[in-house]
Amino acid sequence: MDLLNYEFMQRALIAAVFTGLTAPAIGTFLVQRRLALLGDGIGHVALTGVALGLLTGIAPLITAVLIASAGAIVIELLRMYGRTSADVALAMLFYGGIAGGVLLINLADESASTLNRYLFGAITTVSVADLWLVAILGAIVLLLTIGLSPQLFAVCQDEEHARVSGVPVRLYGLLIAVLAAVTITVAMRTVGLLLVSALMVVPVATAQQLTRSFRATHLVAMVLGLLAAVLGVVASYEVDTPPGPTIVMLALLAFGVAVLGRVLLAAVRRTRRGIDFVQED
Amino acid sequence: MTSPIAVRGIDVDLAGRPVLRQVDLDVAPGEFVALLGANGSGKSTLVRATVGLVPTAAGSIQLFGTPLARFRDWRRVGYMPQRSSAVAGVPATVREVVTSGRLARRPVVGFRTRADRVAVDEAIERIGLAHRHDSPMTELSGGQQQRVLIARALASQPDLIVMDEPTAGVDHENTEILAAVLGGLASEGTSVLLVAHELGPMRPLIDRAVVMRAGRVEHDGPVADLRTDDHEAHAHLHSSQPPQHDSLSGEGPWR
Repeated sequence: MDLLNYEFMQRALIAAVFTGLTAPAIGTFLVQRRLALLGDGIGHVALTGVALGLLTGIAPLITAVLIASAGAIVIELLRMYGRTSADVALAMLFYGGIAGGVLLINLADESASTLNRYLFGAITTVSVADLWLVAILGAIVLLLTIGLSPQLFAVCQDEEHARVSGVPVRLYGLLIAVLAAVTITVAMRTVGLLLVSALMVVPVATAQQLTRSFRATHLVAMVLGLLAAVLGVVASYEVDTPPGPTIVMLALLAFGVAVLGRVLLAAVRRTRRGIDFVQED
Repeated sequence: MTSPIAVRGIDVDLAGRPVLRQVDLDVAPGEFVALLGANGSGKSTLVRATVGLVPTAAGSIQLFGTPLARFRDWRRVGYMPQRSSAVAGVPATVREVVTSGRLARRPVVGFRTRADRVAVDEAIERIGLAHRHDSPMTELSGGQQQRVLIARALASQPDLIVMDEPTAGVDHENTEILAAVLGGLASEGTSVLLVAHELGPMRPLIDRAVVMRAGRVEHDGPVADLRTDDHEAHAHLHSSQPPQHDSLSGEGPWR
């Protein structure tokens, strides 16, 4: 494990731990709420935040977390109060986010490779200051998603029932959106803005193949996310690929294996039952 | 004792169209009230306004003597929404769903207490699904899912239960079980407001029926006063479903 001798790899791996845990931690609630693609949209908006940082010389992680949170709040408000046109309004926000980001990055005289680093992750770019921010934001996301999980569960399961239980549903809706935005910024260095949503959704889908309860799904998804992120960063160092696509392909591979395993298990059970039936005859 | 529900002269507009006009609704302590009417008569909107899910344009709503805007004692109200999304994007077990019914009694941060666990077990026991408490909701039938949602409404040990068409699309066996559960609650003094399309086995439990028509209260009195064939058949005429006269013949022992 000579890769641990490199400081940049140590930083990349620590960032991967936070990314792998936080993305499914909030992602489970997004999937439960049937907003699996929300992360994707906020990721697009975050790109404009990154570009603003590059243009103004402020750390891109900070501008990204601010713009992404603002975008997430707008999306949630549109969802709450918007009527039929909310769908189109969301699309405009997404495309505006990515177009604005690419335009501003070009105005800041940054190259296409800089853009790529933010879109698909880059393990060599995690600075010590970045790592602190990632760790602090990641810890906050984990603390809130686990500590408030009864409320978040109720809101995502049945909004109306939660309201009549006295839960401030709108506040929690905004909290979920902002936590998703913060998570995206945490994960930006590792998986990148275009693929972060995959790490929020795929481990949850994989966990669902194996679990029956919400709590088990939540925990298993976090473990799977952690494995995909850490192994993905290691693999991307070994074979010199961008970390984002590597992590996501690993997560998808795990999903494929889980689905296959479940189908085979069901088939085996059916066959056994069939044999028992014949014997009883 | 103060009335669990006191609605006075409310108007509700949805998307700019008047849905309720000058509606009064009372549920006295321990009373079992059925809210009837055709599809689109406004009965569902009335209960949704009563629990604060729909804004009112005029009138006043009091829950347990407190104006709705200032009402915070939600543990006293058990609510079961209509055609609720019992199955969300991530699987959840019966116990997990019913436990969310305890939220009104729990502090914002903190673990489940023994009292929480006991109340959840009792609620699941009551609806007769104790043997399925760790089953995912997706493995239950529609009628069983409805029963779980009743258990969720019961988990906070409320003084008032509000149910929006709990029997819609539920088979006869599950409807009988629901009726038995509600009968038990009523005998313990819990107030019930039940929105229904047809009463079926619930009929003998009902103290008073309120019939809605075109956003106004058309009838408010004992079920006995309802000329069954008139009102419910009338309701069916205006619905998209064919009349089901077999359900109208419920001549309870109490008539």
